[in-house]
Parts: sequence; C-alpha cells; structure tokens
Amino acid sequence: MSRVPTLLRYRGREGMLAWAFHRISGVGIFAFVVLHVIDIYLVGGDPELYDEVLEFYASLPGRLMEVVLGAALLYHALNGLRIIILDLWPAMTVYHRALWWGTWIIFIGVGVPGALIIMRPVWLPWLQAAGLA
Amino acid sequence: MTRLSPYARAKPRPTGSRREVAIWYLMRITGVMLFVLALAHFSIYHFIWDPAEQTAEFIITQRWNQLFWRGYTWLMLMTVLFHGWLGMRTVILDYVHRPRLRTGILWSLYVVGLVLLVIGTQVIVAAPLPE
Repeated sequence: MSRVPTLLRYRGREGMLAWAFHRISGVGIFAFVVLHVIDIYLVGGDPELYDEVLEFYASLPGRLMEVVLGAALLYHALNGLRIIILDLWPAMTVYHRALWWGTWIIFIGVGVPGALIIMRPVWLPWLQAAGLA
Repeated sequence: MTRLSPYARAKPRPTGSRREVAIWYLMRITGVMLFVLALAHFSIYHFIWDPAEQTAEFIITQRWNQLFWRGYTWLMLMTVLFHGWLGMRTVILDYVHRPRLRTGILWSLYVVGLVLLVIGTQVIVAAPLPE
C-alpha cells in the first residue's frame, strides 16, 4: 500500500484536497517568483537579454505557462481567502463544503475568460479571418 | 469555542511559541495583501497589456517612470518574498526531518530570499527617473 500516494490512499475529502492543492500551487508560485525577479533584474542589468526572455513569455508555450501560473495564483488566492474566513469566523465551518465549491465556481468563472484573453493570439486571427472580429 | 471540523483549517493557530503565533498572523495579513497586489499585477500585465508589448523600454518608460508603480512593485516584492519564505519554511519543516539537511535547506532558502530582495530592490531603485 505504501506505493500509493497518501493523497489517493487517505480519504480526507475536500479539506485535504484543498490543502494539497494550496501547497502544490504555493511551491509552484514561489518557483516562478524566483524566475520572475531574476528576469526583471535584467531590465536594468541586460535589457537586450530581457527582451529575448520576453519573446518566450509572448510565445505559445510561454502563454500556456502563464495560463498555468494564473490558475495556480487564482486557486491559491481564493483558497487562502477561504482559509482566512474559516480561521476568523469558526462558525462558518458548518458551511465548509459550500465554501469549497464556491471557490471552484469563482475559479472557473474568472479563470476561463482570463485564459481565453491570454491565449488570444491563438483564436483572434481565426476569428478575424472569419470576419467576426 | 465552536468545535471545528477536522477538514476546516490549513494550519491551526499555533499555541505556545509567540514567534509561531506572530508568523501565523503575518502569513494571513500578507496573504490578503497579495490577494490584491498579485492578482491586480497579473491582471494588468495579461489582460490590459499583452506580454508581447512589455519590453525593457516599456517597463522603464511606461511603468517605472511613475513613482506609484515603482512603489507598488517594491511593496509587492517585499510581501511576496515574506509570504513565500515563510510558506517554503513551513513546507521544509514538514518534510525534511534530518537535522543537518533541514538546516542546510533552510539556509539556502534564506540566501535565495536575500539575493532576490537585493537584486529586486536594486533594479527598481536604479531605474532612471523621468526628467
């Protein structure tokens, strides 16, 4: 049994998943912050190299990475707010499942349009060719 | 005190160590700050501007020519480093148990944080001001 990851083996339900995703997204965001401070340092240190890095950020793989980053950021922010609500107002624990689903409704409602905007170079020319934009 | 569901909290408020209680509160305060600062930052540079437009020249002449945005960037840098350091510290303390390895990894985390603080501050402060 020990080869099955704890996350699948231990049935902690919503709170445990929320915690695991919070931790994974947090470590991921930290890794990006390290990269991002270094690339912004190049704005002063080596502007030409910065502009080359920017070409990656503006490319298709770069944009896909930004969608993943945005998803991690949005989840971590919303779930963090959920944690703070439960910490400051323990009576809300009764509604912990509703808060968990609310997090995901906002995540989808904000995240999907956001992802579409970031990916606009993919679909905008297609829309323009069809005479719709 | 209401009895809590075991599902409810990420990390219960620690008891005993004053330093750990302070860290627990600071994590939440910087978290709320980042909810505004980081989400606004991400939205501005992905939804209002496109990544393709943000060349080094754009940052110097369109963004950091305004003291407000310099201050904003620096405040966000300080908040994210603080929140990120403490978050990574919690993760390391949870998973790394061998004392010397734990000390070594914690020290490398502090060094990375300090380097980011220095180079991040340097690039914001050293950018030229408009005439």
